Order: sequence, then C-alpha cells, then structure tokens
Amino acid sequence: MIHSLFLINASGDIFLEKHWKSVVSRSVCDYFFEAQERATEPENVPPVIPTPHHYLISVLRHHIYFVAVIQSEVPPLFVIEFLHRVVDTFQDYFGVCTEAAIKDNVVVVYELLEEMLDNGFPLATESNILKELIKPPTILRTMVNTITGSTNVGEQLPTGQLSVVPWRRTGVKYTNNEAYFDVVEEIDAIIDKSGSTITAEIQGVIDACVKLTGMPDLTLSFMNPRLLDDVSFHPCVRFKRWEAERILSFIPPDGNFRLLSYHVSSQNLVAIPVYVKHNITFREGSSQGRFDLTLGPKQTMGKAVESVLVSSQLPRGVLNANLNPSQGTYTFDPVTKLLTWDVGKINPQKLPSLKGTMSLQAGASKPDENPTINIQFKIQQMAISGLKVNRLDMYGEKYKPFKGIKYMTKAGKFQAGLPDKWTLEYIKTELLHKEIRIN
Amino acid sequence: MSAAMVCRGYIPADECVDDQRMINVSLLTAFLLVLGGTVFVVAHCLTDNLFLCQDPNQFIRASALRVLSSIRVPIIVPIMMLAIKEAAADLSPYVRKTSAHAIQKLYSLDPDQKEQLIEVIEKLLKDKSTLVAGSVVMAFEEVCPDRIDLIHKNYRKLCNLLVDVEEWGQVVIISMLTRYARTQFTSPWMEGAEFDENKAFYDSDSEEKKDQTEAKPYVMDPDHRLLLRNTKPLLQSRNTAVVMAVAQLYWHLAPKHEVSIVTKSLVRLLRSHREVQYIVLQNIATMSIQRKGMFEPFIKSFYVRSTDATHIKTLKLEILTNLANEANISTILREFQTYVKSQDKAFAAATIQAIGRCATNISEVTDTCLNGLVLLLSNRDEAVVAESIVVIKKLLQTQPTQHGDIIKHMAKLFDNVTVPMARASILWLMGEYCEKVPKIAPDVLRKMAKTFTAEEDIVKLQTVNLAAKLYLTNSKQTKLLTQYILNLGKYDQNYDIRDRTRFIRQLIVPNEKSGALSKYARRILLAPKPAPVLESAFKDRDRYQLGTLSHSLNLKATGYQELPDWPAVAPDQSVRNVEIVEPQRIKADLFWVSNVHCPCVCTESGSESEEESSEDSEKTSSDSGKSSSGSEKSSSESESDQKKKKKTKKAQQKKNKPAADRYAEIPAVCHTGFGSFLPKLEFITIMISFFYDFFFFCQHCLFPQNDSKNPTFRTSGISLFHMSFQVTTSSFGPLKTYELLHHMTGKGLSAKYHFPRQPCLYQPSMVAVQVILTNSSDHALEEIHIGDQSPASLNIHCFNTIERLEPGASVTVSMGIDFSDSTQAANFQLCTKEDQFSVSIQPAVGELLMPSTMTEQDFCKEQGKLQGMNETSATITMATANASRQAINKQVLSVANVGEVPSSQNNFSRFGGRTVSSRALVLLSLELSESSGALLTINTEKSVMASMLLRDLKQALAQA
Repeated sequence: MIHSLFLINASGDIFLEKHWKSVVSRSVCDYFFEAQERATEPENVPPVIPTPHHYLISVLRHHIYFVAVIQSEVPPLFVIEFLHRVVDTFQDYFGVCTEAAIKDNVVVVYELLEEMLDNGFPLATESNILKELIKPPTILRTMVNTITGSTNVGEQLPTGQLSVVPWRRTGVKYTNNEAYFDVVEEIDAIIDKSGSTITAEIQGVIDACVKLTGMPDLTLSFMNPRLLDDVSFHPCVRFKRWEAERILSFIPPDGNFRLLSYHVSSQNLVAIPVYVKHNITFREGSSQGRFDLTLGPKQTMGKAVESVLVSSQLPRGVLNANLNPSQGTYTFDPVTKLLTWDVGKINPQKLPSLKGTMSLQAGASKPDENPTINIQFKIQQMAISGLKVNRLDMYGEKYKPFKGIKYMTKAGKFQAGLPDKWTLEYIKTELLHKEIRIN
Repeated sequence: MSAAMVCRGYIPADECVDDQRMINVSLLTAFLLVLGGTVFVVAHCLTDNLFLCQDPNQFIRASALRVLSSIRVPIIVPIMMLAIKEAAADLSPYVRKTSAHAIQKLYSLDPDQKEQLIEVIEKLLKDKSTLVAGSVVMAFEEVCPDRIDLIHKNYRKLCNLLVDVEEWGQVVIISMLTRYARTQFTSPWMEGAEFDENKAFYDSDSEEKKDQTEAKPYVMDPDHRLLLRNTKPLLQSRNTAVVMAVAQLYWHLAPKHEVSIVTKSLVRLLRSHREVQYIVLQNIATMSIQRKGMFEPFIKSFYVRSTDATHIKTLKLEILTNLANEANISTILREFQTYVKSQDKAFAAATIQAIGRCATNISEVTDTCLNGLVLLLSNRDEAVVAESIVVIKKLLQTQPTQHGDIIKHMAKLFDNVTVPMARASILWLMGEYCEKVPKIAPDVLRKMAKTFTAEEDIVKLQTVNLAAKLYLTNSKQTKLLTQYILNLGKYDQNYDIRDRTRFIRQLIVPNEKSGALSKYARRILLAPKPAPVLESAFKDRDRYQLGTLSHSLNLKATGYQELPDWPAVAPDQSVRNVEIVEPQRIKADLFWVSNVHCPCVCTESGSESEEESSEDSEKTSSDSGKSSSGSEKSSSESESDQKKKKKTKKAQQKKNKPAADRYAEIPAVCHTGFGSFLPKLEFITIMISFFYDFFFFCQHCLFPQNDSKNPTFRTSGISLFHMSFQVTTSSFGPLKTYELLHHMTGKGLSAKYHFPRQPCLYQPSMVAVQVILTNSSDHALEEIHIGDQSPASLNIHCFNTIERLEPGASVTVSMGIDFSDSTQAANFQLCTKEDQFSVSIQPAVGELLMPSTMTEQDFCKEQGKLQGMNETSATITMATANASRQAINKQVLSVANVGEVPSSQNNFSRFGGRTVSSRALVLLSLELSESSGALLTINTEKSVMASMLLRDLKQALAQA
C-alpha cells in the first residue's frame, strides 16, 4: 500500500522521508516538483500524479506537502485520508504542524510513523492508542530524555488495541471528572448585492473533551434532532441507537475528539446573522473609483457579532485605496490587491462602515469585475441552526461528572456581492445580435 | 537521527528486562526498518526473536514477529514461514493480526512461498476476530486475489463483522466484497431492463410476451442483500475512504433505485479537505453522466467558489454540465456567466467549453448560448475570445445555415485575434462556409497571404486549406492568391506544411500527372463534415471501478483488477453455507476473553469457561450463539442492539426457511462447539499435569533436589510420573555421542555428551543429558563444575562439582536442561580450578520429546484434533534399505525419542510422543505407498518443531 512518505516544505526541500518497505529514491519527487512548477498556485498541484513506476498522492496542509509514494492500485482516498490523519496526529502531539515542530521532534515523528503503518498498511491510528505507545513530548520530558537518554516510548503495553473499544485506553483515572462539549456551527452563504441570500448552508461539529474515570457509557440527546440532516460519527457512536431513537450513545475516547459532524440542510430556513451593503463604482475614463461598505447584524437573537473581518480582492487595475473606517482598522496590499478590514465587534446602534476612494491605474480601462467580499465573524453562545442539547447521562460509573456545553457560530465561506450583471448582459447580447443582423 | 535511535534502541535490546522489553522491541523494529538487511543485525535478531516469539506476553510475541518479518533477507524465509504459521495459530488475535501483516512481507520477499501462505490465509480467514479480518483480507488481496473460493465460507461472517472492523480494514474488505459479489450474484439491474421492455409491450399490447418476462422475476440473493444492508451504516463513517468504498459498492452492486442513498454522503464529503473533494468530484462526475437524477437536487453544492483550486473548479464545472437539463439550464448558465469573468483564465476557458457542451446537448438553449458566446468575442481577454471562437466553430458546424452573420462578425474580429488556435478556427470556418460569405472570404485570404510567413504552423495549414477551398469555388478571384500561398508553402521550414502544400497542389491544380484524383477534388475538400460531438471527459471513465486509483488517473494502474461482469447464471449459492465450526478457534477466543496467557492458569480459566459455557448451552440456542462470539461480555454493543439483531435474525428464519439454514452457523457453535470444546480426556490430562506440577513444586521447595537422605520420596514421585503419563523409557539406544569440549581446546579436559533418553530426575520439564568428562592431560584436574549460563533464563540442573579427576580417568555425570521445547543451544561454562571453557549443547529436535504410549484408537482421536495448521506433512522417498517396518522404526527412533504405537494396518507406522517441556502431543504417522515413497505426517501444536522434525526424519529415512 503506502510505500514511502516525503515531507516537502514551501520552498521545495524534502526535509523528512520515511520508508515502510524498500527505500525509494528521492528522485521520485522530481515528478512532483514538475507538477508543482506547472501549477500556478500551491493548491493547484494535482493530488494524484502518475510517474513511470510509482504513483504520488499528496496533500497540502500548513504549507507542507505530504507526498505518499505508492506502487500499485489502492483507493486514492485511503491514502489521502491516512495522510490527513498523520497531520492531525502531529498537530495533536506538537500543538502545531510546522516544519520547525517536525524537525524539533523528529524522533517522535519517526516513532509515530512507525507505529501508524506496518508494511504500508495502517496499524494504529487512534490517538488514544498512540499516546499510550508514545508519550507526547513536554518540555520536562524532553529535558529528562536529553539528560538520561531515555525515549518517549511508553512503558505500558497498549492494551486498548485489543479491547472492543480500541479508541479508549484502560485504567483512566481523574480526580475531577469532567465532560465538555462544544457545538460549533459554520455558516456558508452567498449573498447578492441587494442583500438577499443565494445559498446558505450550515455545517456543524460537536467536539468533545471528556476526562472521565473508568469506562463511562454516555448518552447525549437533543431537543431537536430532526434538524440534523446528514451526520457522520466517531466510531464510538452506536449507529443503531441513533437510527432508532436519535440518541447518541457511546463510550467516549479519553481526551479530545470529534464526536459528530453534521449538516443542516438548505431546505430549512437559514437565518443569516449579518448583512452587507456595498457600492463599488468605477467610472469609464476616470482614474477614481468609489468604495462604500456597511455591515449590520441581522437575526442574531440578541447575541453580539464578534471578531468580524472583511476581506475583498479588488480588481487589478486598482492602484491604491484611501478609505475611512468608522471603527477598526483596514489594510490594503497594493501587490496582491487584497483589502482587509478588521472590524471587531458590531454595535447595532452604530453600524460600522468603510467609505472612500480608490485610485486606478492611469489609462487602464474600467475594471470589469465586481469584487466579492468575504466576511468572517463569530457569535458566542448561539448555534445558528437552533440545535440544542437536551441532556447528557452517564451509565457504568458511579461518580457524578461535571458536564459543560458551549455553543458557537462561525462564518465559513461567507461571500457577499457576487456580480449580478448577467441580466444586463443577456439584454446586451440580444441587442448585439440584432445589430449584427442589421449589418 | 536514525543513528541516535539505533544507539538508544539497540543496546538495551540485549538486556531484556521484563517491562522494558516492549519498548526495546518496538525500537528494534524502527531500527531494523532503517537498516534492514545487514547481516550483523540478522544474526543477533534471529536469536533474540525466535526466543521472543514464544514470550508469554502477546505484545512481545507480536512485536517479535513484526521485527522478524521486517528483515528483508531471503535466507531467513523458512524461519519466517515457521514463525508466521505459529503466530497464525496464536491465542491472541493481536498476534494473529500481526501474522497477517507478516504474510504480505514474506510474499514480497519470496513469492515462491505463495502456496504455503495461501494455506495460512485460508486459516486466518476463518478467524472470527474483528482485529484480524481487515489485515487478512489485505493479505488475501495482495497474495491471491483470484482465489475467490476461499471467501465463500467466510462471506457471511465478513458481512456481519464489517461494522466492527477498524476503518482501514473496512475499506479493503468492502472493495474485495464488491468483486466477490460481482462474480457470485446475478445482476439486479435486470429489473430496469424489464421495465423498459414492458413499456414497449404496452404499446404493442401483446399480453403473451409480457407474461413471459414476468415469469422469471428477479429475486435478489439474500446474501447479496445482506452485503448491501450491512454496508449501509458505514456511509455515516467519519473516514472518507470508507464512505467512498460504500458508495462504489452501491454503484456497482445495488439495484438502480437504491443507489441514490449514497448521494447525500458523497455530497457531505465535498466539505472535507481539498484532496478529498478532488477524488470525490471525479467519481461524482462519472456517476452524473449515467445518473443525472442522483445529484440534481444537490446542484447547488457544485457551484464553484472563488476560493476553490483550479482542478476542483474544473471538476465542478464538468458535473454542472452533466447535470444540465431543460429545467435547470437557465440557472446553470447564469452561474457560468459569472465563471467566465473569473480571473483564473484556464477556468474561464473551461467554462466556455462547458457552455458549448450545454448548447449542443440542450437544443432549447443553443441560440442563447451562441449569442452569449458571440458576446464574449468582444471580451478584453484574449484567451476568452480565442476559446469562444473555437467553441462557436464547433457549434456552427451543427447548424451552419442560419449563422452567416456570426461568421461575418468573426471575420471582422480576425485582425485582432492573435491566438493561433482561434485564428485557425476562423480560417476553417471561412473555408467551410465560403459560399455564405463570398465577398469576405477572398479578402481574408488576401490578408493571410500578406502575413503567411509570420503565422504559426496550425494557422498556415488552415490558410492552405482555405486557399484550396476558395480555388475550387471561386477560382476567378483567388487563383493568383492561391498560387502565391502554395508557393510560399512549398518553401516553408516545416515539412508538414511543405507536404500539405504539395498534396493540395496536385489535388486542385489540374495537370497531366494528377489524372483521376483532381476530378474528385471538390468532393474531397468540400464534403459535408459531421459535426463534432462535445462529450464529457469522463465519458469513458466508467470502465474503471469507481474509487480506484485507475479511475482517478483514467489510466490502468499497476495491480488494477478489472471488476468482473455479472454472471448470466448465479453460481451455486450453497457454497456459502457454513456447517462446521472448528472447536479449536472457539477455544482460542475464550482464552482470549479471559485474558490469561500463563499456561498454568490457562487450565483453570479454561475449565471455568467450559463450565460457564455448558451452562449457557443449556439455555436457548440463540443465547449461546451470542456467547460464542466470545466478546459478548465486554462488547460495546448495548443490550437493545443485541436484541434487535436477534429479532431480525429470527424474523428471517420465519420468513425464509432455507435462509434459516444459513444462519445455522451460530447455533452450531453451541452444539458441536461446547460439546467437544475440551474433551474430557484432555481435560483430565491437564488436571493431572497440574497436580503433578504442583507435586513437583512442593518437592522442589520442600526438599532440595540434592537431598539424598530422602530417596524414597523422590522415587515415589517418579513412579507417579510413570503411572500417570504412561511415558515409556525407550529401550532403544544406539546413543549418538556429541563432542562438548575437545581436549586440545580444553587444555586436557575433554567432554562428550549424549542424550540417555530417560526422564530427567530433577525436573520433569528438563531433558536429561549425560556428560563424560575425561582428563587427557598429565596432571590432575580439580573442581570441575559449571559456571555462567546463557541465556540467563536458562534452567540447567548442574552436576555436583567433581573435586578431582586423575590423569587418564573419566567420569560420567548427568545434568538436566530445560530447553523450553526449542532447539536453541544451551550455553554454559565448564570450569576447572584454573580455567573456564565456553561450551554449548545443541539438542536435536528429536531429543526434546519423550515417548508416550497410546492405543491406535487414541492416536487417531488425538490426530483428529490436531488438524489444519497443526498438521505438517510431506511425501518422502525412502532408501531401499528402509523398506521393512523394522528398519523404519529403527530410523525413526534414532532421530526422535518417540514411542511406537501398535498398528493394525501394515502400511502404517505410528509413533507418539510429547514435548518434554510443555507436554504437547507430537504424533508421527508414516504411510507407505507401493513404490519407495511414503507420506509422513506430523500433528502437533508446535509447528516449528514439526517442520524441523520432518526435515530430520526425511533425511534419516532417505539415507540407508
């Protein structure tokens, strides 16, 4: 299956390689570099690249390419999913997954990769099992290891690997038993110039942090489970119970994990928490353009919209922008033509606005594109879909755990002001068509 | 860095302290994989690992096997083979899983082992543990994907286990089952075909025929249904590879109307990482060509976002185009309008292509699209203009009559367009429809004549074409121009153009030579040309199985296996019926549940679980079916789930009697399984041996062995030993003597040893060894004794120190060594007062046995229990001298310390024995055939010993 793995940084250096079968020469990556050169953007490198003797499957995360080398037919998603799992594990272990972090912890990285794959086939990918086998590095442990020359390899045997609940290690003990659940929803929307919604979707996840002693059996029920249109579960969730009773019943892994991700269908009405009014005009022949943008809250159930960040890719012809924000700060990068406005919190009484002029390149024709505006925001204490957790019960253990639940809504891919000039163009087409006929 | 790991990892690997061993083994693995292949490593590891393979801790056994199998040196193939066989029969499912992994490694090292490996795979496929299932199917796919017959018996079990298998295993199992189902079931898609036929029949109103088709309605095989039903929950998996695998399974196996349940899950995957999106979109693109309806409700999910990567955008465009129909075309075109304005020019060009495709596919919008494209001709971006021209050219070809004005418009644009492909397209259009633009075309040719030399090759070719066509239609105006262009072409640098020019000249300009062909020039050049069909790039991708690498690349990848077509007639269904369940495996599973590994306690827990299970089996049969799965107690499944499962099972039994037979597998466990689980005989033996161990333990502790004051006690112990085990001491004894220490190296002290083949007096698990010490020096040797031993854990009973050995004298002493049933040498030091000599005793495998007498009946009974993995056999050729029965006995007994079993058949020789240390039965049987050949079979749990013994016996019997 997976033969080798190469880690390539943004500047094209192979800074780590790992082989599970025989050693594959680094030169195989030349094919990857070729594809990389052809691609204009780093994201445009095709994930699957055939070479004469191998196939390269790559993922790009945190500006690092993880390139797996395979030799024969294998479902590409299998490899891609595994590579993402590797990145997640690194993130879990080192907090961040950067070149520096990997280089600093290279011993742990090799140990992890060795345990995760055996002869190219995934062996242990559950974070709980891995953590039993190989202890995550801490400053203290790193220091002790350097002095004593010992390793991160765990002293216990990974008994979890054998049980019917492989995701949970045995013999967990806490003095404070706590279970926290975060319901995080992301809203993806496209809003047209006039402020009406073209599409809106909600994706949600429930991330959990469970620190409970022993082998607790939890059930989590919702007030309105019908909202959830399409769900995918952590393997610990008993699917049959969900099917029958719409209850999440599970023996949780120890620590942080993603319990559930769901999708609220677009059939349900999605409340859009913010609106944007913008007016960006360029006049033919003039070297000036006007820019006018106002934000406002909408259907937030009284909760404040926070950490608002507006960004827009202005047309190429724009040389500079001279704008005046009513609150927050803005930056304009003349090279990438990216305008970003850090708004902060929206005050419903005094709506934030950004107004001013843009100077255009002399002699350039009128920019033909209406820029799209991306908005990011956060709303605490609210799940925009209206999803509510009803109760959490624990069976199998006697103590009383502390339970907590937190809701949050974030903007996902939230775009406003897609050009709606097409109607005009239809009319124009007709006119032109007639013109040609007359000619 | 690897060096650092080696230093850290390897050095402690020699000093195996109990808890540290796991750490060391895993580090050793890392180390080996880095340096695998060095001889030095091999030498050390082999000794270490063979030893560790027998360790009581399952993790250490597994890791040891992992290390062993990671050594990529062909010499050790036989050892690996033995280790794999041993591990495949291990009690721990984790070790068995590791052995499945090792199979692949061994296969890649030495493909010649295939046959033997297939046997192991067959064995492991029967395993009921979810841990093993994924890995063994992986091994199956790697080693023998064509041996579909191995799957039959395990098909239902795999289907039922699937949900609980770890996610990576699920992917592999699902794709294997997809292939399996394609060979074993008939197509469920016949229904659709029938339906269409019926429609036709309604038209013709022929009642008769209709009845005929209904006479054999399609009935889905219950096994086929089982697979579909059991894979469906996996659509909810968090692992995208699993979801995709289920989706392709449904696509390839489910009836048409059921396939759409995968849609939602596939669309969900589109919110995952970029790379996942890419693969999923590719698959959706292929699916959407055949089944528009599946994805139409989700059309908005395929709208392109400005942040998508180019290849994602292109794929989404492809899908949108595939999904376009009369109803939604207006919204899709609206989307396309925005895409054309994208700053990503490659994407804008692709959009224009897509508009062209929509225009040809949906006749209602052809005009709108064409107008839109014409509008794009005035776009500022040249790439967009060029692409529009190319697409318009294709569109016009489909309906050229009405569009003279568009061609005129394009002629006007000609001066401004510089992209060669677009220029060539305009020229082609001019030539093709020159009759519609009789005034413009010659003018374009004139312009081209001026710039001919500076044009690209493709434009030059089209210019030559245009000239030729105009010459034929309008020679009055263009004769001179054409000749000029042909002359230019004649001296062009590119041979293609020279070639074409020469060809065209001969064709159109009549002269004496050209003769017949020029008459047809008009018909050749101005023949009506079929319009190009604008097709999806994914049109022919469906020849590959969805979700595969080959599908993704549209190129047959190495190792790709074609998805077989449905068979016309389903093969025999009964092959999947499971009748017997071997007691062996259940035993193992129960042992595993009780989590006990020490053999001594094993007996207790074994008896406990037997009691439990016998209680269980008194309950209803369905109940004990549950307990047979072994893991019920610790199972994560809630009670209600269990009940549900049972309910569905029962419901099925009611509904379908033959189907009930198929589930007979489960009740069968409780009848045969627990009945013969621990046959009484074996149970008693184990109890006796337990008491016996206890007895000796007491003796050992209470009365030190060297206590000669109490000989009666010891002898009574031995007599008990003889009585209870009926172990006979062999009377046969042409003792082979081995050299322990040569007198030259021993500075005068020489030592020889032999195995007296008597039960050891000191401990029952020890092998008795007699050592003859001789003093060949000229002075007396003092204080001869045994010094350090290695490995440290070696249990040796030493002889008492010999105070003094006179020159020339010799003395025979006896010692006991516990070899733990392995042929690993016992190393120790033979010391005198002045010197120390390292010596080692390497036992032949036959010496690790003790004879046991039994009747022929018992022999056969025991042999029946040690089938399968526990059986090793080979055909051997015998030396002519060994034809007689006596000769055979002599040879066999010289090799192995076994007892003859009286046999009623003449051509059969049987021998029974037990291993000294663990008391595992070793049964030898030799069946003589007419010629000098014979079939030698060894049945024992100790498969390593069996194959060594087989080798020794083979050698001995072949020699006279």
